[in-house]
Amino acid sequence: MDFSIVVSEFASLFLDGIVVGAIYALVALGYTLVYGVLRLINFAHSEIFMLGTFACLGVTMLLGYTGYEEPIGIGLFLVTFILITVVAAVASGSAAMLLEVVAYRRLRRKGANRLSSLISAIGASFFLVELFRLLTDSKDWDFPRLLDKNSLFEVSSAYVTADKLVVLIGAFGLMFALDRIIQGTRLGRGIRAVSQDEKTAVLMGVDVDKVIAFTFLIGGVLAGVASAFYMLFYEATKFNVGFLLGISAFTAAVLGGIGNIRGALAGSFALGLIQQFSSAILGYNWRDVVTFLILVLVLLFKPTGLFGEAIQRARV
Amino acid sequence: MLLEVKDLKVSYGKIEAIKGISLNVNKGEIVTLVGANGAGKTTLLKTISGILKPSAGVINFEGKDIQSIAPHNRVLEGVCQAPEGRGIFPGMTVLENLEMGKYARPNWKNELAEDLDRIYILFPRLKERQSQFGGTLSGGEQQMLSIGRALMSRPRLLLLDEPSMGLAPMFIQQIFSIIREIQTQGVSILLVEQNAAQALSCANRAYILETGNIVKEGAGKDLLNDDAIKKAYLGTGA
Repeated sequence: MDFSIVVSEFASLFLDGIVVGAIYALVALGYTLVYGVLRLINFAHSEIFMLGTFACLGVTMLLGYTGYEEPIGIGLFLVTFILITVVAAVASGSAAMLLEVVAYRRLRRKGANRLSSLISAIGASFFLVELFRLLTDSKDWDFPRLLDKNSLFEVSSAYVTADKLVVLIGAFGLMFALDRIIQGTRLGRGIRAVSQDEKTAVLMGVDVDKVIAFTFLIGGVLAGVASAFYMLFYEATKFNVGFLLGISAFTAAVLGGIGNIRGALAGSFALGLIQQFSSAILGYNWRDVVTFLILVLVLLFKPTGLFGEAIQRARV
Repeated sequence: MLLEVKDLKVSYGKIEAIKGISLNVNKGEIVTLVGANGAGKTTLLKTISGILKPSAGVINFEGKDIQSIAPHNRVLEGVCQAPEGRGIFPGMTVLENLEMGKYARPNWKNELAEDLDRIYILFPRLKERQSQFGGTLSGGEQQMLSIGRALMSRPRLLLLDEPSMGLAPMFIQQIFSIIREIQTQGVSILLVEQNAAQALSCANRAYILETGNIVKEGAGKDLLNDDAIKKAYLGTGA
């Protein structure tokens, strides 16, 4: 164990923790929003993310990238990357809505209990993973380097690179947009109402089915954008990429208090930082052990999460 | 006739909670449904709002069968409910809760200021608490908010489920005088209550519900003086 690295590399670890945390946050929001309206952990959400990474890859293939090109200029990069992001968001968003119709809606209409929905969620997750295992030959797929990753400037020990900036700016912009949607639009109000008291929401004229479909759409779109950021940052994917990322995002959501939007954001950044610093101290191989340990400890000792006591007020 | 319920039956699985009741509410009336716990009062209101589906019977509102209308669309027809337990959205402010009463109305932006004024005159306390979270209000304030929110939808029929439940006597008096005030504004009311004394003296007409059947009906004042009812519900008999 080497603690001195925490001091010497503090800025660098902090920056990476925030970048990874931003990606987790976009996925964690999907878990937490769906939990809010359905009281259900959508365990197939990680596969919606995985599907997004392959959508990103598909766009670069269609554009003719082989992975051996020189990085492109910033203008062309932005156009290309926005295209990739939009395609991934559309793919993941529509997949999430389809998932809701196929795996959950019929059970809900029949008044099935939550355990049935949970089993359906896990079934949908297995189906998507195995489908993509077949479609992608179980291979690792590399994402072409679109952007020069040399350092733009340094802050203490942190090398600030363009891809990290893109992820941070994009993720914070999206979180702001989500906040405006939830607080400021009619359907956003509907999401809050259904999350807080579904029966009364119906009495006030909220169409619960529509709100649930919209919630899955938002969650899917956020996961799709997260997948584009993930590909830009990590530059590789595989059929099972959703598993560990999904567990991390789920842990972040639980850490912050599931169902609580601000909690999901706080939990994500906290987990991103914890992972970076613990990897530096214990070694990278311990990263997922630490994640699972946090998940188990939170569920054992504080199942309502960090913001549990405030959950009634702050929920959505 | 504003609301007409005919031969209505509602079941939870094999248990029949409402065993074929008929009642009506005329325009401008306060009608109360009095009965003990488990008599089926809440079940009836939930069925009128569409949360529960009846196994038999008819529900006509303004002469139209509303059973084919989806639950969330019934508020637009002019029926709104302040539910049992008040149903306040705890993480929304008082103002946001009131705005939820406008959710279904297409022209809500133009109506909002006018209706808020109206509600705040009825419930000045809500104006003081405007930016406070619904979950932090006292029971009486939550009940005011629940009724005010239902009124925001401009109902012609207001369904009230046990508005006096869990309130201090002072608040109970206040709530019932506000219910009469709402009546003078032209809203008809179907009031479900365990507090028979208050409900009967407030209502134009009343029905007594016992284990899923209506056992008596009449003018509120008459039932208030009925010996059997005094004995069973008012605790002043014999």
